[in-house]
Amino acid sequence: MKRNTAMVILAAILIAASSVLYLLRSQPAQGRRVLIVSTTTSLFDTGVLDEIEEAFEAEHPVDLRFISVGTGLAIEHARRGDADMILVHAPTRERAFLEEGYGVCRKIIAYNFFAIVGPGNDPAGIGGLPPTEALHRIVEAGRADRAVWVSRGDDSGTHSKEKGLWAAAGYDWEDLRDEDWYRESGTGMGRTLQIAEELQAYTLTDMGTYLKYAKEELITSEVLVGEGEALINVYSAIATNPAANPDANFEDALTFIEFLTSNEGQAIFAGYGADAYGRSLFLPAVKLLRERTDPVIAAWIEGFAYIDGSECPPEYRAGREDLYG
Amino acid sequence: MTSEILEGLMRALTLIASGDRALIEITLRSVAVSGLATVLAACWSIPLGVLLGLGEFRGRLAVRGVFNALLGVPTVTLGLVLYLLLSRSGPLGFLHLLYTPWAIVIGQAILITPLIVSFVASAVEAADPEIRCLALTLGASEAQANLTVLRESIGGVLLAVTASFNRAIAELGVALMLGGNIRGATRLLTTAIALETTRAEIALSIALAAVLLALVAAVSLSMNLIQRRMSK
Repeated sequence: MKRNTAMVILAAILIAASSVLYLLRSQPAQGRRVLIVSTTTSLFDTGVLDEIEEAFEAEHPVDLRFISVGTGLAIEHARRGDADMILVHAPTRERAFLEEGYGVCRKIIAYNFFAIVGPGNDPAGIGGLPPTEALHRIVEAGRADRAVWVSRGDDSGTHSKEKGLWAAAGYDWEDLRDEDWYRESGTGMGRTLQIAEELQAYTLTDMGTYLKYAKEELITSEVLVGEGEALINVYSAIATNPAANPDANFEDALTFIEFLTSNEGQAIFAGYGADAYGRSLFLPAVKLLRERTDPVIAAWIEGFAYIDGSECPPEYRAGREDLYG
Repeated sequence: MTSEILEGLMRALTLIASGDRALIEITLRSVAVSGLATVLAACWSIPLGVLLGLGEFRGRLAVRGVFNALLGVPTVTLGLVLYLLLSRSGPLGFLHLLYTPWAIVIGQAILITPLIVSFVASAVEAADPEIRCLALTLGASEAQANLTVLRESIGGVLLAVTASFNRAIAELGVALMLGGNIRGATRLLTTAIALETTRAEIALSIALAAVLLALVAAVSLSMNLIQRRMSK
């Protein structure tokens, strides 16, 4: 009996000690600084950030750590001082984040388009219509029990966009959500697409997630309303303001933002997904905006994602004018 | 559906056979985090369980009731509360523990505390009361007598510890909220399963789940063997 007890205690000590030793290995390697990036799910779940991480860490002594949450929670993380920077896609919320003094040095890094997807037989007849008209039809069909809409309902960037689209179409999202045909999934984009598939419903999706799920044959929904000014989706990087959070790793955040906007970083966005999906999941935005290579899309991005006529108004640049040359 | 599960199992076998580095790393990290959490929790929960099972003091049943109720705490709720505590703007933010494996260890240890306490209390309560009396008449102190009862109920205690480890390694809420599922730092089997599912990598998710299940089964089985040998 005594011997058994001794064995149990010894085993416990061994387990604890080897666990501690193993976990110590996940400490950043010697001389590497940790940079915590809270990011929107679409960038992370599509896998583009894995490629960016590899390229960035090869050149800089920084250990990039991505936390994948919705845009709403990413901003909340940064507010609480738990993230050194954020990658998000909800310009109105980004503006608030800057104005409240939590964020600085915003840079637009990439764009793509949202799409309204739905069942192939398109019961509301929205195929090819402009988004506001399509939403009108969905509301009418929904009230007549012929269509269902699934909303993210999770305060993500896509959900913000959806609310904006309802407003543009003359509806108040708060009223719609009480109606029977309007369902809220309260979950990520992938699962929302699957729910929409099960319910034969319409939903708003980012193209990246849609392409991935369609390719894996998890969904058969079709893109019914696609590229257009109203459906533009713009991704930005914002550093946590060191004045609001002195603990933040501001210097490396800026290095990472410079990398994302560099030719190398932009090329990763441009190339990602081209092989697997036949098209890029994210389109680089830096050169487009600087050299106006496509004036129409540049104007769309400006109209949707600029704050007081610029990517980042001068008072929020923390003295880093060089980023905006 | 069956074909997807089969594909997942095949994928699991290939990954294991090829010694996939990411898989090994995630698996070892899961074992280390939950193993450490279990040992830590056992350190304070077993004495507490014995006290609640054998002690005679006012409010003993009420305290036991509280621990029994805590068995049902949702992992996300515990994760959220601890997140608020460990967040840099929270009261324990200065420790800089958030998004490290240590945060998950603490969270899981707290999560399984009520489990060990309640199981151990029941196990020692169920032990033959004669043993304690006998030890006391033979001149043992209170503490020594309690220890004797604990040794007699070693089967129940090991079961409590095994069940707690399994609960810890299979939980998602705490690991996700406190760890953040960071590749190479806090990614565990459960958070990887959640991630690969949202990434539509269904076969990989099933492969990871198969590894987790195999691990839990192996731990339970070996604990069972040890328990038999000890009670001989």
